Amino acid sequence: MALPEDISVIDVDILIIGGGTAGPMAAVAAKEQNPDAEVMLLEKANVKRSGAISMGMDGLNNAVVPGHSTPENYVKEITIANDGIVLQKGVMAYAQRSFEMIQKLDSWGVYFQKDETGEYDMKKVHHLGTYVLPMPEGHNIKKILYRRLRRHRVTVENRYQAVRLLKDKSGAVCGCIALSTRDAKVIVIRAKAVIMCTGAAGRIGLPASGYLFGTYENPANCGDGHSMAYHVGAELTGLECYQINPLLKDYNGPACAYVTGPLGGYTANAKGDRFIECDYWSGQMMMEFYNELQGGNGPVFLKLDHLAEETIQEIEHVLHTNERPSRGRFHDGRGTDYRTKMVEMHISEIGFCAGHSASGVWINEKGETTVPGLYGAGDMASIPHSYMLGAFVYGQICGENATEFARNRELPELDEAFILRERERILAPLKRSDGIPPNQFEYKVRRLVNDYLQPPKITKKMDIGLARLHAMEADIPYLYARDPHELLRANEAQHILDCAKMAAFASLYRQESRWGLYHNYVDHPQTDNDNWFCHVQLFKDEQNRMSCRKMAIEPYVVELDEQEKSAYQQLRVKRAG
Amino acid sequence: MPTASQITMVPVVIDEEKCIADKGCRTCIDVCPLDVLWINENTGKAHMKYDECWYCMPCEADCPTNAVTVNIPYLLS
Repeated sequence: MALPEDISVIDVDILIIGGGTAGPMAAVAAKEQNPDAEVMLLEKANVKRSGAISMGMDGLNNAVVPGHSTPENYVKEITIANDGIVLQKGVMAYAQRSFEMIQKLDSWGVYFQKDETGEYDMKKVHHLGTYVLPMPEGHNIKKILYRRLRRHRVTVENRYQAVRLLKDKSGAVCGCIALSTRDAKVIVIRAKAVIMCTGAAGRIGLPASGYLFGTYENPANCGDGHSMAYHVGAELTGLECYQINPLLKDYNGPACAYVTGPLGGYTANAKGDRFIECDYWSGQMMMEFYNELQGGNGPVFLKLDHLAEETIQEIEHVLHTNERPSRGRFHDGRGTDYRTKMVEMHISEIGFCAGHSASGVWINEKGETTVPGLYGAGDMASIPHSYMLGAFVYGQICGENATEFARNRELPELDEAFILRERERILAPLKRSDGIPPNQFEYKVRRLVNDYLQPPKITKKMDIGLARLHAMEADIPYLYARDPHELLRANEAQHILDCAKMAAFASLYRQESRWGLYHNYVDHPQTDNDNWFCHVQLFKDEQNRMSCRKMAIEPYVVELDEQEKSAYQQLRVKRAG
Repeated sequence: MPTASQITMVPVVIDEEKCIADKGCRTCIDVCPLDVLWINENTGKAHMKYDECWYCMPCEADCPTNAVTVNIPYLLS
């Protein structure tokens, strides 16, 4: 069988899906590894302004800088913050290359704050160590990355949504099917290795504001990669360890304790009192935050009104020009002035994000998923708490390793029948003249997630939620799109449904509570290390059913002592007297 | 199919006097992560076609003629 002429096939050596943070770094690393390799960066938006850092980033949250910390101490901190469920080798691979990456970015023109002696001006935010490095001029990071893509002659294709990964007969990934978001053209990119850098799954839950796109994560990051990995047979891990963040109420942007904390700001309850020892985001910290919100001491606030004028101006400069600059406009609209008012906070909708928590497509310390030829980096892949710097480091690791994998591989054969079937499925909503609009379908999925899957998790509720989500599969053949943009949303909505089902399925499987609020399972309120000190892997089984299995944790490379293990369990401020 | 027409106040506002999309500029349309800015076929100017905004501001920051204003969506403001 041959493909019809209207499906164009583009051949490359290395395909990178997602041009936000990890993706551009992976592309540059692949070109550095093999300048002759054909490297394509596919992006759903435009690489100039895409992903979690489209408007920049105000700092590094996990910089392992000599003199301030060591890779061993960082691995310990992240192990403890994740209640022990980590691939330490993966965290270590990040930690060992963290400083080298900072120096690389520095040489590219990224400005990191330095003290009067010219050393990096490190700040302490984590519970144990010192890992935060401010980037007060971080608004230009995407421009710096873009210049590197141009210099290394990376082929960029903007406005294409990758919808399904392709596999050859040997079971190795060999490219993807993508949909143009502007004219609904379906193309095939055949590749000898694929690196997914598709970001978090940030559109699973509904923000408390009710505005569908008022999510914490960039809403373009809707779980395309999680869904594609699942369908191609890759394992995902820790999906029951949701990402939930403390954010500005309604605005849904970070309150930025990492920026304000080192300058004297803190999270307070309605009385203005501190109630958590440490503002570093962890499930245990979120549990205390949630308890305070729900208890008589809520709501919760970011408290800055005790700070000096020049400190407030510094905070305003960083927070209102970087990462989420519309924050200042939001405060102006409500008459909120940091000098006189505490800023109300709330918790975010649920999501999957390794950048802040620990869930995603499983990768090892080489960036390999469980399917040959498929790599993953950034918020989508499973290395916990990796933030922006982790996305860069794993982008680089994947770029190097995928390039070597591709070097030894012949041009793979395509499964034409599969491609034709998929094209039919992807375009179907556009061919109908009647049906369910994608925004209503998406709203319903996300409303069910909030009603039934948010913590506190309850078996009966999650059973109902999962059943209702399964029932929505019957609605897919009725999805209706009037134009290519709505078709993009229709395909995203199906990925969101996949992610919602995975969130329920993995949560029901792990019958204990762990990671504070992230997996606060009311029917199994205790942490059960005898039975559940393991990873939970989720995958599609041979009968195409969603399945989970336990996977043992690899022996630690850095041992913890008993006292350290419980450090993150004691985050509530102890009462005086 | 029968549909309802509901009015929505969109967050991104384009000053048509300043907008030069009719002269070929596509900056705001290019940089929008959600692809919600399109050309208005009647005027040739950019406009917000879909109410799916992350109020992230590249459209405003990158506009060469300062024609774009990003407001906080009413539901959040």
